[in-house]
Amino acid sequence: MTERILTYAEAIREAIGQAMETDENVFMLGEDIGIYGGAFGVSGDLYQRFGKDRILDTPISELGIVGAAVGAALVGMKPIVEIQFSDFTAQAMDQIVNQAAKIHFMLGGELSVPLVLRAPSGSGTGAAAQHSQSLEAWFAHVPGLKVVMPSSPYEAKGLLLAALDDPNPVIFLEHKLLYKTSGHVPEEQYRIPLGTSNLVRAGKDLTVVASGVMVSRSLEAADSLKDSGVEIEVIDIRSLSPFDMGPINESILKTGKVMLVQEAPKHGGFMAEVAAQISEGPALFSLTEPIRRLCGMDVPIPYAPQLEKSVVPQLGDIIANALEVHRGS
Amino acid sequence: MTSINPLLAPDTGSISQHEPSASAALESLLSIRYFEEAVDGLFARGLMHGTMHLSIGQEAVATGVCAALLKTDFITSTHRGHGHCIAKGADLTRMMAELLAKQTGYCRGRGGSMHIADVETGNLGANGIVAGGIPIAAGAALAQKMKGKDNVVVSFFGDGATNEGAFHEAMNLAAIWDLPVIFVCENNKYGMSGSTEFSMKIDQISERAGSYGFPGVTVDGNDVDAVFEATKTAVERAREGKGPTLIECMTYRHKGHSKSDKNLYRTKEEIEGWKAQDPIGRFEQKILEQGTLIQEQIDAIAEKARDSVRSAITEASEAPDSDPAELLSSVYREAK
Repeated sequence: MTERILTYAEAIREAIGQAMETDENVFMLGEDIGIYGGAFGVSGDLYQRFGKDRILDTPISELGIVGAAVGAALVGMKPIVEIQFSDFTAQAMDQIVNQAAKIHFMLGGELSVPLVLRAPSGSGTGAAAQHSQSLEAWFAHVPGLKVVMPSSPYEAKGLLLAALDDPNPVIFLEHKLLYKTSGHVPEEQYRIPLGTSNLVRAGKDLTVVASGVMVSRSLEAADSLKDSGVEIEVIDIRSLSPFDMGPINESILKTGKVMLVQEAPKHGGFMAEVAAQISEGPALFSLTEPIRRLCGMDVPIPYAPQLEKSVVPQLGDIIANALEVHRGS
Repeated sequence: MTSINPLLAPDTGSISQHEPSASAALESLLSIRYFEEAVDGLFARGLMHGTMHLSIGQEAVATGVCAALLKTDFITSTHRGHGHCIAKGADLTRMMAELLAKQTGYCRGRGGSMHIADVETGNLGANGIVAGGIPIAAGAALAQKMKGKDNVVVSFFGDGATNEGAFHEAMNLAAIWDLPVIFVCENNKYGMSGSTEFSMKIDQISERAGSYGFPGVTVDGNDVDAVFEATKTAVERAREGKGPTLIECMTYRHKGHSKSDKNLYRTKEEIEGWKAQDPIGRFEQKILEQGTLIQEQIDAIAEKARDSVRSAITEASEAPDSDPAELLSSVYREAK
C-alpha cells in the first residue's frame, strides 16, 4: 500500500474538517479564512464545505476575535481561532493571557475555556520583524495556557485533534516554512497526546533538542553528519506546556552531550528552560560537555535574505555546532 | 441559602408600580448596599484582605438591568461587580466567603472581589481588566446565535472602559453579526481619577453606538424604573435578532475608586449632591408616594436584607480557609 501523503497545511485542514464533522460545537473564526481560504491557505475549501456560520470570517480585530472565542468557549462552543500571523497575538494578549489562561483557575474551577488558537510562527519568508517572530516562550510562561508546536504533517494533525479534545486554551504554533512540506498522514482521526516529547531519530553520540522547523533542519543535519560517522539523537519538544523532560534526560544519560536548537532569540527563550531543567535533573552529571544552545540572535528578524538567514540557525550552523560539541571543542 | 430571588419583572408598567417587583427590587438594592457597607466595615477593621471596589450609589443599574433578564441570560461584570452578582441572584454567603478568603467562596479564594463568577445564575465573571469582559460577552452572544437560543448577554462596564480598544472591537463585532448583547455602561463620571470631561470629547457615551450602527440611549442610572425600561426594550430587540444596544446609565459612586482613593479629584459638594440623588432613597420615596408599599413593608424588607448579609458573614466566617494544597492541580481543567 502506498503512503497517504498530505502537506502540513492539508493535514491541519483535515483535522479541522474531521473535528467539525464530529462535533457541531467546533467552529473556526479568523481573518480571511472564508472565500480567501486563509492567508496561508489552511482553511482552503472548509468555507465551501461548512458554510459561513462555522467558518466565520471576521474583521481585522484580533482582540475582539479572541475575546469572542473566549466568550463562546465559556458557554459550550469549541472555537478554533486563526490569528493570521503569530505576531498579531500581541494585539490580543489581554484576552489570551489575562482572560483565557486564567478563567478556569481564577474563577474557582467551574468554568473553562476550551479554545484552540492557531497561528503561523517563525521566519524564513522575507516578511521582516513584525511577521516572523517565534513567540512560544511568551505563552509557555503563562500558567493556564498549553503550547504546541507541530513539526510535521503527521504531528500537525494528531496534535491538533488532541488540542481540540482538550478543555483548556491551547496555543497551536504552526511554522510557515512547513505549510508546503509533505509527509505521511493517516486518513482516520488519531491523537498525539499533549505533554509529550518525541524521539524522532535515535543516535548515540549527541542529543539534539529542537522544535518547529528546527526539527526537520536537525534531521537533515543528522543525515549529513552520519556520513562523518557522528550519530545524532533528535528529540522534538512538540509540547512546551505541558512539557515532558523524560526523553531528553534519557537521551543525555546515553549520549552525555546535548545541543538545544531554537529559532527564537536566545535570551529568555524556551531552551533556557530546557537547559535549566537538564541541570536540575538526573542527567546533569552524565554530561561530558557543557550544554550548547544554538539559538536565534537577539535581534528582530530582518528583511534581506542574507540578513534573515544569518540571525536564525541554518543547516550549516547546526552541523558545525554539533561537530564542536561532539569533539568537545 | 441567603441569596435573593431573581427579580420579578412586570409585563406592563414600571417596577415601582407592582408590589412584587417593587419589593424584589428594593431587596436587591438594599442587599447590595448592606453587603458592600459590611465589607467596607470588615476591611476598615482589618478583617478583610486585599482590595475592593464598591458600587455604593450605583445599585439601581445592576438591579434595573437584571430585572429585565431571565435566569438563563448571561452577564459579564467588572471590578466593581458585587452589585451585578447579587442582582443576578448570586449567593451572598459564597460571595462573602470569597472575600474572606475561604474555601467555600465562589472562586475558592483564588479570585477575591474582582473575579466572582456564578455559572448557576449565568454570571460569566467579574473582571479585573477594564473592558476585558466586553468581547467575552459578544462571544457568549455569538454562541447563543449559533446555537439558535434566544438567551441574551449583558455586558456591564464603566465609562473608563469605553476608551479601551476592547470596547470598540466588541461593539463592532456585535453590530456586524447582530448579536444578542446589551452593552450597559455605568457612567459614574470617573475612571479612577479621570473624569469623563477629561477622557473623552463627546457629551454622552451613548453617542458611540451610532458609529457602529445600532441604538444608544442615556438613562438616569439612579432610577430603577428608567434602567429597567431601557433594558427591557434592548432585551426585546436582542431576542428578536435585531442586534445590540448600548445603554448609558448616569450614576455615581459614593465611595472612592478603591481603598487607596483620597477623593482629591472631586469636590465634597459634588459628592453630597449625588448622595442627595441616592437611588435607594429615591426608590423608597417613589414606592411610598405611589402607594405600592407602605413604610412597614419597606422596613421589613430592609430587615430581611440586613439579616441575609449578617448571616452571610457568620456562615462565611465559619468556613475553612482556602486550601493551598489544591493550587497546582487547579490551573488546567482535567480532560474528560
